[in-house]
Amino acid sequence: MVSTPENKNYKVIGTRPIRHDGYDKVTGRAQYGADIKLPGMLIGAVARSPYAHAKIKSIDTSEAEKMDGVFAVMTAKDLPRLGDIVRGNSEESGSERHLSENVMAFEKVLYKGHVVAGVAAKDQNTAFEAVKKIKVDYEVLKPVINVDQAMAKDASILHEDYLGDHLGKKVKNTNIAAHVRHESGNIDDGFEKADLVIEKEVDMQTVHQGYLEPHTGTAVWDEEDRVKIWTSTQGSFAVRDSVSKVLDLDVSRIKVTPMEIGGGFGGKIPIYLEPISAVLSKKTRRPVKTVMSRTDVFDASGPGPGGKVKVKIGIDSEGKILAAYADIRLEAGAYPEAFIEAAAKCVFSCYDVPSMKIDAYDVVVNKPSSAPYRAPASPQVAFATETVVDEICNIKGYDPIDFRLKNVAEKGTRTALGPKYRTIGLKECLEAAKDSDHWKSDLDSNPKSGKKRGRGIASGYWFNIGFKSSVNLSLNPDGKVALTEGSTDIGGSRASIAMQAAEVLGIPAEDVRPSVVDTDSIGITDVTGGSRTTYATGYAAYNAAHKLIEQIIEKSALKWDISKDQIEYSDGVVKSKTDSELKMTLKEIADDPPGGPIVSSASVDLEEAGGGFAVHIADLEIDEETGKTDVVNYTAIQDVGKAIHPSYVEGQMQGGAAQGIGWALNEEYFMSDDGIMLNSSYLDYRMPTSLDLPMINTIMIEVPSEEHPYGVRGVGEPPIVPPVPAIGNAINDALGLRLLNTPMKPSRITEALKRKK
Amino acid sequence: MAENKVKKVTVNTTINGQEMDILIDPYVSLLETLREVVGITGTKEGCNDGNCGACTVNLDGRIVDSCLVLGVEAEGKNIETVEGMASPDGLHPLQQAFLEEAALQCGICTPGFLVSAKALLDNEPDPSEERIRHWLAGNLCRCTGYDKIVKAVTKASKESK
Amino acid sequence: MIKIFLPYKIRETLDVPTEIEAYGSNLRNLIDHIEDMYPGVKDYLVDEGKLRPGMSAVIDGKTTRLGLIHKLNNVSEIHFLPSIAGGKK
Repeated sequence: MVSTPENKNYKVIGTRPIRHDGYDKVTGRAQYGADIKLPGMLIGAVARSPYAHAKIKSIDTSEAEKMDGVFAVMTAKDLPRLGDIVRGNSEESGSERHLSENVMAFEKVLYKGHVVAGVAAKDQNTAFEAVKKIKVDYEVLKPVINVDQAMAKDASILHEDYLGDHLGKKVKNTNIAAHVRHESGNIDDGFEKADLVIEKEVDMQTVHQGYLEPHTGTAVWDEEDRVKIWTSTQGSFAVRDSVSKVLDLDVSRIKVTPMEIGGGFGGKIPIYLEPISAVLSKKTRRPVKTVMSRTDVFDASGPGPGGKVKVKIGIDSEGKILAAYADIRLEAGAYPEAFIEAAAKCVFSCYDVPSMKIDAYDVVVNKPSSAPYRAPASPQVAFATETVVDEICNIKGYDPIDFRLKNVAEKGTRTALGPKYRTIGLKECLEAAKDSDHWKSDLDSNPKSGKKRGRGIASGYWFNIGFKSSVNLSLNPDGKVALTEGSTDIGGSRASIAMQAAEVLGIPAEDVRPSVVDTDSIGITDVTGGSRTTYATGYAAYNAAHKLIEQIIEKSALKWDISKDQIEYSDGVVKSKTDSELKMTLKEIADDPPGGPIVSSASVDLEEAGGGFAVHIADLEIDEETGKTDVVNYTAIQDVGKAIHPSYVEGQMQGGAAQGIGWALNEEYFMSDDGIMLNSSYLDYRMPTSLDLPMINTIMIEVPSEEHPYGVRGVGEPPIVPPVPAIGNAINDALGLRLLNTPMKPSRITEALKRKK
Repeated sequence: MAENKVKKVTVNTTINGQEMDILIDPYVSLLETLREVVGITGTKEGCNDGNCGACTVNLDGRIVDSCLVLGVEAEGKNIETVEGMASPDGLHPLQQAFLEEAALQCGICTPGFLVSAKALLDNEPDPSEERIRHWLAGNLCRCTGYDKIVKAVTKASKESK
Repeated sequence: MIKIFLPYKIRETLDVPTEIEAYGSNLRNLIDHIEDMYPGVKDYLVDEGKLRPGMSAVIDGKTTRLGLIHKLNNVSEIHFLPSIAGGKK
């Protein structure tokens, strides 16, 4: 495997071909999770808890079972009881029992919407009516709905049998599932020597990934106890793995076929309905499809954690950071965990800080179990850090970019968790920000009366996981290549993977046809998430393409009866180095190759890649009377390593920025004291529409990563990190108000303005 | 108490230029009718309460959220869905522009946007960015941030001339 | 000798300095050497002959995918850290 970036005059990489799956998607032919129809299929539906915290005393399904058109009913008694086994390999941890109980509650419900039973019926309407007939007797308990309530001394405890791990000590009767600490240098010393110390605490409400496609799960359980599953997921193998645990079946008895996926952002990594459809299928001997409603998605699928983050930074008289402290408390939802190690990794990631101390708490609350949401925990901690940095710059009159450059994290900088950075591109992003048209432009300081304008800047980081991917290639008789891979495609990745194979082979992108296939048809491939797909699956495609060339050379050698080292391949042509008569196109060698068809396969298990940094600039116009905030100019700058397909890289930058803007200005779970989400619809969970956003300028910086032959870095996650603080900083610039709660919605702005007067 | 069995209703309607008679329950939405009874699944369900536009169809020249329309209301009407946009001669300029401008990432909102945008361009061939954003505000997209969608609609409007 | 950094919780519980030095031809031998110096550490790091689930080893900035068989040539630092998948629960 090559470890240094290859050169630079690419034929396919960096171009913008039409994505291979595009035609099906613009014509309505593409099949997403809910589109599947199987002969004899029944419709599943689930009964959900109306309470945020309760013991289940009994469930009576008899009325539902008797209904005409109902074919089966299930409760958690139909699932195997699992012990507390920590899952098998070093990148997963967590209890299997929790996994099963999140699918269907056994003795306790821990959030409103928690599934308690399921039915399979002849159609959706009958299934819904049957669910209404399921009688559950609950003993209602007091819920805890935020970290303060959950961590309070007399808090209602979610898991009576769970032992929290507090800095190595096992603790009973706690909602703090884990307390971890990272320490380097001596912060007490650093703060003492500091010329200025600023501390801020931010308080953020739970948010949802907001994908337009609700969760689905379709299953067939056959006569030899094999289960076929069709679902929209970010990871077919993760589904296979999780379903195998919940149903206590060997993985090879389960085949997962991924449908096209309508958005995920991390939220479609966990399983929800698949085991339910499977058990219902077992009971009915028919295919069963279960689909979530939008309300179910809000009530019961994993959101991005809310919580509180406190950051304290001390600088010397020259503006150099001496010490930094963070106290991070994030909501895990009903079951651990809340990505607190990721939070610790990211909180000071943009800075070179000699002394750091981080305390991070993983707190369970009566909300749905948190799922990853695009750079999980990084936006939350960035809000705190970038607010403190902005405050320091305001007080001292430092230019915000120069301050960040003075303290910039770069290759060799020690991170909070200990290891040093390899090649990264934050400095280049900051320099590009400084040089950008946006930054140099005048902020219109005389907007219409009653409106104020402000500008804010913030930086952010997310690392790229590597892990396992597999790719198969097959050379067709017409000289084109079929590529199969297992990375479900949420943003155009199958195109960028095909493009990397095409680059190696020296053929057009259209001549490599990618398909995302089921778990029986490809080697293990880890989730489409963690910004790993273009990097890891692309690397597997790169390797597979090189192996295909080896095959081509080998078979040409046989065909021509010369030795392999007399043969070379480039750009779709294989030829003898010495005899110019001997050459073949791919089509020619593919026509009856000696020894068998030309195929290759490769798999990788990669370490973390270089990580991506983003710097965003936001200009806002705020109406002082109503608090309505318009984003009038926005620029997203990011180190993308190498943009394989620039349009889709820009798309990631713009999409992440849009989500961050929604998070900053309007999005929140509006909870009642009883732990019920009161705004569980798209009307009131207010995501940005086309009217809420300007054109989002993008500046792609390419500092190649050391870990990939084309220098690829993951790009999907960094862009959601800077928007919240960039907007907070812009509000402060406009109004002199330091808002520390999200969302920074109109009512918060007007109330803060009133208080200021 | 015995449950009253509701009788299905025959509806005569034209979908993507094809006249047909369909048999549906009177309480199902047009969205469910298209997806489950007629069997064309290009129109998507995102929320089922009229707030996301993923189910947008064109009903007698007017775009509607088909989750808010009853199937029986299709009686005697003309419905156009995303499946009717391309012709044997090729893609509609909007579909082509969406591909060229990379105006889709996951693609689930794309049918709704295409149907909405087509209704705009059919009536206003040269809309400004502001007009496009206003017209499309009833269609949610969570992946793209709308930038490339707006650019695609603008491009298509120029190609159509 | 290689600089070794153990997680806070292990250092606190077993009273191990922030930075220690150890050697080994591969990760397995290295951990055995650490165990000789600080008994009890191995149990935190190793389970059933493999790197314990939830624990990762970062070798000169790269997280090993090979676990205990990873050969240590010209290595300056190893950090043992709780593993972060950054996208899995």
